[in-house]
Amino acid sequence: MFIIGERINGMFKDVAKAIKEKDKAVIQALALKQVSCKANALDVNVGPASANPKEAMEWLIKAIQEVTDITLAIDTTKQDVMETGLSLCKAKPIINSANANEEKMKNLFSLAKKYNASIIGLTMDKAGIPKDSEGRMELAMKLVAACVEYGIDTSELYLDAVILPVNVAQPHAKEVLKTIRDSKMLADPAPKTVLGLSNVSQGSSMQYKNLINRTFLTMAIANGLDAAIMDATDKELMDSLITAELLMEKQLYCDSYLEAYRKK
Amino acid sequence: MERLIEKWQDKISEVVIGAKKPIKIGGETGIYFIDGEDKCPNPPSVAMEVWDMEPEAWPETLKSNFGSTLKDPVEWAKLCADKFSTDLICLRLASTHPDTKNASGQEAGKTLEKILKAVSVPLIVIGSSAPEKDNEVMAHCANVAKGENCLFGIATQNNYKTLTAACLSSGHSIISEAPIDINIAKQLNILICDMQFPADKIVIHHATGALGYGLEYTYSIMERTRLAGLSGDKMLSMPMINFVGQEVWRTKEAKTGQKDTGILWEVVTATAYLNSGADILVMNHPKAVEEIKKAIKKLIYN
Repeated sequence: MFIIGERINGMFKDVAKAIKEKDKAVIQALALKQVSCKANALDVNVGPASANPKEAMEWLIKAIQEVTDITLAIDTTKQDVMETGLSLCKAKPIINSANANEEKMKNLFSLAKKYNASIIGLTMDKAGIPKDSEGRMELAMKLVAACVEYGIDTSELYLDAVILPVNVAQPHAKEVLKTIRDSKMLADPAPKTVLGLSNVSQGSSMQYKNLINRTFLTMAIANGLDAAIMDATDKELMDSLITAELLMEKQLYCDSYLEAYRKK
Repeated sequence: MERLIEKWQDKISEVVIGAKKPIKIGGETGIYFIDGEDKCPNPPSVAMEVWDMEPEAWPETLKSNFGSTLKDPVEWAKLCADKFSTDLICLRLASTHPDTKNASGQEAGKTLEKILKAVSVPLIVIGSSAPEKDNEVMAHCANVAKGENCLFGIATQNNYKTLTAACLSSGHSIISEAPIDINIAKQLNILICDMQFPADKIVIHHATGALGYGLEYTYSIMERTRLAGLSGDKMLSMPMINFVGQEVWRTKEAKTGQKDTGILWEVVTATAYLNSGADILVMNHPKAVEEIKKAIKKLIYN
């Protein structure tokens, strides 16, 4: 499982404050904490309130790369901020994210080619998020076709079937799971699948958010999920992930399997 | 047609054994002997067994190769190193078993010291398979051989702490053994690493079966271990060892068969293990050693 740590995001108050006050230590501690919790990549998002997102992105990436050379997922809707971010990454970066909107695909798949980046493709377009798996698969096919058109290996595409909060869009969860399952048949090599996991519990009672997250993650892993943007520092979530992978025979059992995973 | 070559995400750890003339084992980044895939920086090594007492149960066809040296472990070791060109010597401290001579750790230590002086090939040192006695003997011997970077054995799930601590403080590598159980093998390596023992000083033994006596069980477990190691399981990405001679010369075919049966039995058993990923083959008969070394050369360089 490829884990993209979600914590360096201006939506979180501590990160927004650190960006505003140029407090590197906060960001660097968050980066290292996620790496030590076995994140394979870190999402970097300056947040909606940033006055100068380009400058903020540059500052965030430089601060993170002072302490780790881990893969970064540049998370922004702005083309210029994305390009600035990609140009600064030491490791092969991830674009977060394109969707099936023609213009967006053109802009971002070109960047993926230029910077040799992996790319997350959301199964949504101008019309929004399809209500069922069939609609999502149609858009997924467009994203796969864009890979071919722009000369990007289909295994570099992370399809995100876009999970919506269960408290307002309950029927979507099972459609997302079906999309994860079916996506594997779209191309050879198969595209990868990813989820922005925490979205599933957005707006739910605080008390149950973590439980909803880890339950959905184990269900998605059982359906073949390859990657998740998630809170790697949530220990129970990580334990569930490791156990789900164990049950899917991704890891050999031993009594200390949790420890063995964390030693990797 | 285009050939599909598997790309593995991880590599097998490289273990260095010996101080005077150190050898490296492991380090594979693919499966042995698959043309185009086998990136194996270190070819498999052969060790010959030397006992610290005459091995009475050995059949005459085996004993006769060593003559009077069987009564003198130092001469025996020199014979293996000089005449039979073994890569390593595996010293078995059989005399320390309570049912044989019940020799003390001090006595075993003296033998070990003499052998270390007499030969420059790296040493594997194993006990007598009496767990409590082994703990006493091996702790002393590890200390005697401090700095010689030997490979000591054998740690098991029920008896690993003393040996691990001794190897850690004296700088030796260790053999971890789980009998035909890959899950316990992994667990034991975690337990050993939990004692701050470096993972790149562990060699795995899955218990060896001779041809016709369970070879296929060990073979398939070794294959699974190697595939898991190459796929990124750090607790299984260690080199592997097989005690081929010990098992083969116990079989009735080797003991009572025609003159060359035992040799062939040993060579065939060893060849199978080469293909399942063995990095060290511990052997007995000099002719079998000669033949398996030829086989390794052919497999690696052809």
